Amino acid sequence: MSILIDEGTTFIVQGITGREAVNLTRECLDYGSTIIGGVTPGRRGREIHGVPVFDSVAQLVAATGQVPDGSVVTVPPAFARDAVFEAIEAGVKLVVIVTERIPRYDVAQMVELAELRGARIIGPNCLGVIRPGVGKMGGIGGPARDAAKAYQPGPVGVMSRSGGMTTEISSTLTAAGLGVSTAISIGGDAIIGLTYAELMPLFEDDPQTEAIVIYSEPGGRMEAELARWVTENDSRLPIVAFMAGRFMDAMPGMSFGHAGTIVEGRADTAAEKIARLEAAGIAVAQGIAEIPGMVEERLGARAAA
Amino acid sequence: MRFFEYESRRILERERIPTSAAGFASTAEEARAAAEQIGGPLVIKSQVLTGGRMKAGGVKFADTPEACEAHARDILALAISGHAPRGVLVAAKAPIAHEYYAGVIYDGVRKLPTFVFSDMGGIDIEEVAETHPEHIGRGLFSTVLPHMDFRAKDAIAQTGVTGRDLTRLTPILSALARLFVKYDMTLAEINPLVKLEDGSFVAVDAHMDMENEARPRQKVLLAELGVGDEETRQAREATPFEVEGGRIDSVDHRGVAGNVTEFDGNLGLVIGAGGGSLTLFDAVRRHGGDPANYCEIGGNPSVSKAANLTKLVLQKPGVEKIAVMMSIVSNTRVDIVARGVVKACVELGHDPAEKIAIFRIPGAWEEEGFKILARYGVEYCDRSVSMHEAARIAVEKVSTRPDGAKPLPGERAGEEKPPAERLSGTGEVVEG
Repeated sequence: MSILIDEGTTFIVQGITGREAVNLTRECLDYGSTIIGGVTPGRRGREIHGVPVFDSVAQLVAATGQVPDGSVVTVPPAFARDAVFEAIEAGVKLVVIVTERIPRYDVAQMVELAELRGARIIGPNCLGVIRPGVGKMGGIGGPARDAAKAYQPGPVGVMSRSGGMTTEISSTLTAAGLGVSTAISIGGDAIIGLTYAELMPLFEDDPQTEAIVIYSEPGGRMEAELARWVTENDSRLPIVAFMAGRFMDAMPGMSFGHAGTIVEGRADTAAEKIARLEAAGIAVAQGIAEIPGMVEERLGARAAA
Repeated sequence: MRFFEYESRRILERERIPTSAAGFASTAEEARAAAEQIGGPLVIKSQVLTGGRMKAGGVKFADTPEACEAHARDILALAISGHAPRGVLVAAKAPIAHEYYAGVIYDGVRKLPTFVFSDMGGIDIEEVAETHPEHIGRGLFSTVLPHMDFRAKDAIAQTGVTGRDLTRLTPILSALARLFVKYDMTLAEINPLVKLEDGSFVAVDAHMDMENEARPRQKVLLAELGVGDEETRQAREATPFEVEGGRIDSVDHRGVAGNVTEFDGNLGLVIGAGGGSLTLFDAVRRHGGDPANYCEIGGNPSVSKAANLTKLVLQKPGVEKIAVMMSIVSNTRVDIVARGVVKACVELGHDPAEKIAIFRIPGAWEEEGFKILARYGVEYCDRSVSMHEAARIAVEKVSTRPDGAKPLPGERAGEEKPPAERLSGTGEVVEG
């Protein structure tokens, strides 16, 4: 069992000829991931770091004789919905959407189609998924050498609304000798694919994962849903959370950081979220540096029990 | 982005949802002319992008064009929560039989748009939801299947509405859902949706929010409403400092060096990226520091772009030093940011070692970046120093207030301020 990706996972990159996509293709290949092809309309016949480029996902499937397990979508926002629908309708079951600034309705459509077809979406506005030492989908952690420095295998699952903070937290866990089972940059928009609560069952089933760390922000109901999930399910995994953007509580209606990070009501302030998380038994760290100690303490308490 | 009431009403009219007779006026004379055209008892409403109009005196009633003109003059001169009005809306005070609430928003948990309907309109919908939940009807609708009226009908019928009212309300709520989708709204509400004494329905007040990300594909509507690209419609108007930050970010397409928000502290921040900036801003305040600004750098900006943002921060009155900090970077290059911030200091005649309180950006090309900083004697650190520790070092180097960090606007020291509810829009009773 593993979270989302394992040794045999194959994927494609949609929009592979874009500057950022070329880099992330290189990074993923160097890290050991298997990319069976790329798609950019009108660019059939090209190669990106040895990866063949096709005009469409259907063409790619016909040529390679297989439906890839996943796709990393890096196309501009105006084309993102079409690309995601194309992947899902071709049978792809895991779509990582890197693209930022996709209108919310388009995201809702992608998420609804994914649900209808039994596919999973990570993102949008995310850096992807990494399973240290096994593979990564997306730009998460950067070049293979940098990713190896920040992400070493270990027992902690990481979920974060910020791509950069996924690496900061994982690096801190790695430096403390703990390491990471799987880290997921879930995206910073108001509507995203899989949320903390929807990913928890996957971590729950993953024997490598023994604890969870989340990075969260004001805005939305995602933390309240996690708190609810934890309360309703007898989870074996202790959770440590870090809440950024506490200053935003004084500034409702102002957007900072990510598109989904805006205080709109009483329930989505940092203070309210911290209270909900703590009420569900989730420990909330004051600083990133305190996270490893808090995780160790909870792992130790569980081992002793 | 938020629309003024008069714009929201135009959007309703564009989609054939009936509204009460009204005219927008930007002068008292125009208001009088509108009053003469509409006739009868009138309501004059301030057009501002903030709630609490009623309490602030931004809504008045008049029976004659003369009284309307006088009220319009007062309202036009009245700023509400720091917002100067765009104009006034002069509307017919319709004879009300009943008030309803009709809204469409996203359900962030179910990730679908949802109807919100109530037969208790005219008041704050959040309050109705808390005190009279049985008077609220809801219903998710698909974004993939074709739009169907029965979804709207079900939401209305949940509140007990039946008969002719149900069949007359259904197309209105359904049309509201269609316009929500068509115009990329994140909120579309009519409150109150009024049943007149003759049994017909009209929208008396409306509130709409369009998603910023969708502005490029809503150019036709925005042009029709006269909303230019320069209008950000943020919760508060951008300061000249923030406008300049936006300009620096937009003139160079490489990376991000912007999203600037002005504060009035003495420690300038050159920080990134999205989540890193939120974390670092909190960290500075936690150690008693007073940030002069919020900003975000990321996505590998050019040297000149990083330098221009740094210069903007350095030149802000009251800034003693700057802290250059980010979470671990993989795309943005440390050496490029280092070059940019040093360049900004040198070009403004400052000693980088003196002006840069701390440089904490670990990650891609850090060896090269740290070499540059060492050459100029700037204190820097790698990932072994936490973000909070870096913030503490920076705060120690500037003068701090004896009573700790200054409260932010809208925040009184030691007190949690509940933010305004947004679902309910203006949350005020205009008539009835």
